[in-house]
Amino acid sequence: MPWGTVVHVDEPRDGRIELRGLSKSFRSPQGPVRAVREIDVSIGRGETVALLGPNGAGKSTTIDMLLGLTAPDDGTVSLFGMQPTAAVDSGAIGAMLQTGSLIRDLSVRELVTVMASLYPRPLGVDEVIDLTGIGEFAGRRTQKLSGGETQRARFAIALVSNPELLVLDEPTVAMDVEGRHAFWSAMREFAAGGKTVVFATHYLEEADSYADRVVLMAHGRIVADGPPTEIKAMVGSRTIRATLPGADLDALAKLPGVTAAEARGESVVLACSDSDAAIRALLARFPEARDIEVSGAGLEEAFLRLTGDEEAA
Amino acid sequence: MSVATYTRYELLRTFRNRRFMTFSLGFPLVIYYLIAAPNRNVSDLGGSGLSAPLYLMVGLAAFGTMNAMLSSGARIAAERAVGWNRQLRITPLTTRNYFRAKVLTGYALALVGLLLLYVAGATLGVSMSANLWVKMTLLILVGLIPFAALGIFLGHQVSVDSIGPVMGGLTALLSILGGAWFPISTSGALYDIAQLLPSYWLVQASHIAVGGQAWGAKGWIVMGAWTAVLTVLAGRAYRRDTARA
Repeated sequence: MPWGTVVHVDEPRDGRIELRGLSKSFRSPQGPVRAVREIDVSIGRGETVALLGPNGAGKSTTIDMLLGLTAPDDGTVSLFGMQPTAAVDSGAIGAMLQTGSLIRDLSVRELVTVMASLYPRPLGVDEVIDLTGIGEFAGRRTQKLSGGETQRARFAIALVSNPELLVLDEPTVAMDVEGRHAFWSAMREFAAGGKTVVFATHYLEEADSYADRVVLMAHGRIVADGPPTEIKAMVGSRTIRATLPGADLDALAKLPGVTAAEARGESVVLACSDSDAAIRALLARFPEARDIEVSGAGLEEAFLRLTGDEEAA
Repeated sequence: MSVATYTRYELLRTFRNRRFMTFSLGFPLVIYYLIAAPNRNVSDLGGSGLSAPLYLMVGLAAFGTMNAMLSSGARIAAERAVGWNRQLRITPLTTRNYFRAKVLTGYALALVGLLLLYVAGATLGVSMSANLWVKMTLLILVGLIPFAALGIFLGHQVSVDSIGPVMGGLTALLSILGGAWFPISTSGALYDIAQLLPSYWLVQASHIAVGGQAWGAKGWIVMGAWTAVLTVLAGRAYRRDTARA
């Protein structure tokens, strides 16, 4: 219901978000860095898309070009049939940038009110404060917020514009668990109103849980684009770590779901293709195993596998 | 969409910054009483033809209002430092309205500072007809236009770490050379230099109080030239700052 009163922009309504042949290089002391290399992405209205990749993959540069904050060296961006600046001017875009803080000497509520006043079709200030769960510090001056509270206030600012496209660049950095939870449930509620959401993250779990589609980036390229389950299968291998003194590594490596076993002092580390099967087998065969941890392999590791060593290019 | 709301909150934000307000409004007042009170009976200060309380009232008003206008530059630099300008660039707020809010805030501060000094001047015996008070005020407000442009220029040119010293040094220099603290003798190289400065003409607005003509052709030309040059520089600094290579 909160999103039921949405009024759409008068611009072409059936347009998509199209990035075509987008490229961007930056100068650096070590020579030019090709941050984004000829990427093509097409996003339909109402999709929630995660841009997933490790730091330096080109996510933020892509988002800056999407928003018209950075001019591409090559390629085009079209947002619902408009140039980025025209889309921004029409009030169709709301964004939470990766870096940046809030201006001081206003309360959070006042700042949300000011930002709402800049847009043609804003949401109600109270509605947004409720939705983003920032009521408890809405009356506080912005300079007195913690890092996580600042992030949540910045999210409220992005949302109050009631945009057709909401862009979030690494939104949950600096948020605590509770903050993240409130954040994602608000994002979902917003997206459920038929709005388009693009968010950048380097957490596979976030991409998996909250996106309809994951665009995987590494070294400025798109290395995969598909539903989260597909991407997860590609990069989501897990490891099990357990304390198991004097373990038989050969026997461990042969357990179902385990691809490799390695000893680290008193502990063993098992690389898994199916961690659920592996952990059942592990406990059945080695009931003395303790301090068991299951963790996702780092994205960086997964990307290295996916992209080989072509970053030398 | 309302630019008024944006401007109103910009003002609120500025007036809430207590340390800044105390300094920018209080400092000229303190200096005024320190210099003008002991000389309250001097009827012709340094050959200016004006009483010390009157001359210094406008002189320190010029100093204070220059600061007020340039402080918009400090706020721009601070917003740039936290990335707020990028946040604003992805809103429908136009550049023109952004600067309008900044300039209006500078003017609001300047007006408050002016009124405080007028009151202080009155306590030291400055008096003139309402008509002349208004005329003088209007002339000072016109004379602040180049400083509005200078503030925007500095806000985009100078980092937040150095804008304090840059502004402080600049206003001190412009005030001294423009005769805000004491009249410039009307001959010699210093006088020639002073007449080329916008601060000098700001201080000259005090001549309206005794029915004189404050600026004359030379004043208007100098002010016009500074306004034109600084506006071009401000526009260029803004574009260079926001264009991302």
